[in-house]
Amino acid sequence: MKDCSLFIVSGKVWTFGDNCDTGQIVPGRYIPVTDSHELAKHAFEDVAPNFVKEVQKGDIVVAGTNFGCGSSREHAPKALKFAGVSAVVAESFARIFYRNALNIGLLAIPVFGIRKETKQGDLLEIDVTRGIVKNCTRNKTFKFVPYDQFIIDMLAEGGITKYTLKMLEKND
Amino acid sequence: MQGTLTQKLLAKAAGREAVQPGEIVHIEPDLVMTHDHQGPMTLCEFNQMGIKKVWNPEKIVIVLDHRTPTQSTIAAQNHQLLRKFAKDQGITRFFDVGEGICHDILAEKGFVQPGKLIVATDSHTVTAGAIGAFATGIGSSEMAAVWARGKLWLRVPETIKVILTGKPPAFVGGKDVALKLLQVLTTDGATYKAVEFHGDGLRYLNMDERMTLCNMCLEMGAKNAIIPPDEVTEDFLKEKEITDYEVITPDKNAEYSRVIEINLLDLEPLVAKPYSPDNVAAAKEVEEENVVINQAIIGTCTNGRMTDMRLAAKILEGKKVKPGVRFLIVPATKKVYLQAVKEGLVEIFTNAGAMVGVPCCGPCGAYGMGAMADDEVCITAGSRNFVGRLGAPEARIYLGNSATVAASAVAGKVIDPRSMMGGV
Ligand code: SF4
Repeated sequence: MKDCSLFIVSGKVWTFGDNCDTGQIVPGRYIPVTDSHELAKHAFEDVAPNFVKEVQKGDIVVAGTNFGCGSSREHAPKALKFAGVSAVVAESFARIFYRNALNIGLLAIPVFGIRKETKQGDLLEIDVTRGIVKNCTRNKTFKFVPYDQFIIDMLAEGGITKYTLKMLEKND
Repeated sequence: MQGTLTQKLLAKAAGREAVQPGEIVHIEPDLVMTHDHQGPMTLCEFNQMGIKKVWNPEKIVIVLDHRTPTQSTIAAQNHQLLRKFAKDQGITRFFDVGEGICHDILAEKGFVQPGKLIVATDSHTVTAGAIGAFATGIGSSEMAAVWARGKLWLRVPETIKVILTGKPPAFVGGKDVALKLLQVLTTDGATYKAVEFHGDGLRYLNMDERMTLCNMCLEMGAKNAIIPPDEVTEDFLKEKEITDYEVITPDKNAEYSRVIEINLLDLEPLVAKPYSPDNVAAAKEVEEENVVINQAIIGTCTNGRMTDMRLAAKILEGKKVKPGVRFLIVPATKKVYLQAVKEGLVEIFTNAGAMVGVPCCGPCGAYGMGAMADDEVCITAGSRNFVGRLGAPEARIYLGNSATVAASAVAGKVIDPRSMMGGV
């Protein structure tokens, strides 16, 4: 494993509700933007205008069910990652968001029952390899099924692009 | 080997005896597709990887269908980039502006066959499951990686079994089955899951209707939808002279996460009201609400095929679209367009006061046509009625089958087609 710090992350919580669609994560008017740093400046612009101003590197998004539903734009996970978000923990994810997030190297973790036990500003600690989320503020622990080894390897490389290049180098 | 059809197809592709839901498998897809919406970002990611040659040009399809007929300088530049890329890489399955909508092209050209594994940078890729393929949508970085290396990871989904029984009444089709299912499952009831169709009711759904049904499963969050190959599939492929495919069927003792039964005989024309495809009501009920419309649309990869054209013509023949309603009919592909001309349908549409468009995605998301103003109402045979899907956020979109849309265009308000055409 390359970078252990990737697999134990901790940060302050930003909460969102159910069915937070990709249009709330990055409004559709920014679709022509392809630069990820630029996209990051508009994360949650319409639903949480203070997010971009106050988010700190490592912060964690905690949301309800079906996070990232709607249009399949990859802009959404990219904006969160480049805004500094280390992980999104949600009751459940829309499929393409989940996939896009892991592929670009953003942690997306489905954890049942977490939303109602977590408040804005709580401190969370996630042990990715062991499958544990700890709410340090409320002293509560949640479990999730750890990622497959392949996903861990891909995350360690920083996403599918770098992983693929490495595999090609190895002639795999 | 035991499993649902999706599990069996994934096991086979991964060279495994069997696979379990939740496992991750690595496969080489049989076919990958991208279009002019996601293609430019895919191309940008691919170029950034610094790779010179794609893994296999014969397995790559590129379709220009979203921003077509070319609507802006940016669209034209994107088209130019993709055209050049296809030429440089020797990608011969390149379909230029005007050929039609990607999912329909894949099916029509015979690229989709039972058992094949297909991924594309489009959520409605699930449509291809109607022909017994495993087909799902992926992101653009991921497609760039597939172009480079030809490998893909997939999480094996659980499967929901849907059993369709009975014969649907007149003016009820694949769209209504899908809307019924959306009512039961809601927009996230099938998230991550495969939806597999069974039952004697399937025999009453032709391939066009089946594609509509599988297409709309995406709105339930499904990873893929699939119909095990049967005589309808066989006839569809025979017409294309495709006979040498392997028939794989789900095991009798396969485990399903949920089983849903729908008796088609009990169905009636349904409508999804704003702003969600699962906000479903009977067209009859909506008719009583007196919803006056400004626009009607038949087309898109959901309902732009010959079955839809014929249904629309049956209703429009000898009638006129209500003044004040703009009615767009856009065949999904060039082939559908030509067939509609040959059968005299385009004449019927035009005489009735409808406008017939060039095959493209256009009116699905107001890409160059079909845009709405605030406070306007549209009924469409497409798949989505989210806020702002057709431009103005205040515009209200209703979804219905093609008969419902055509009858509503004539009535000038949302109606049940049976109110105009009789019960049976
Ligand atoms: S017709 Fe609509 S849903 Fe289908 S591929 Fe085009 S934009 Fe997507």
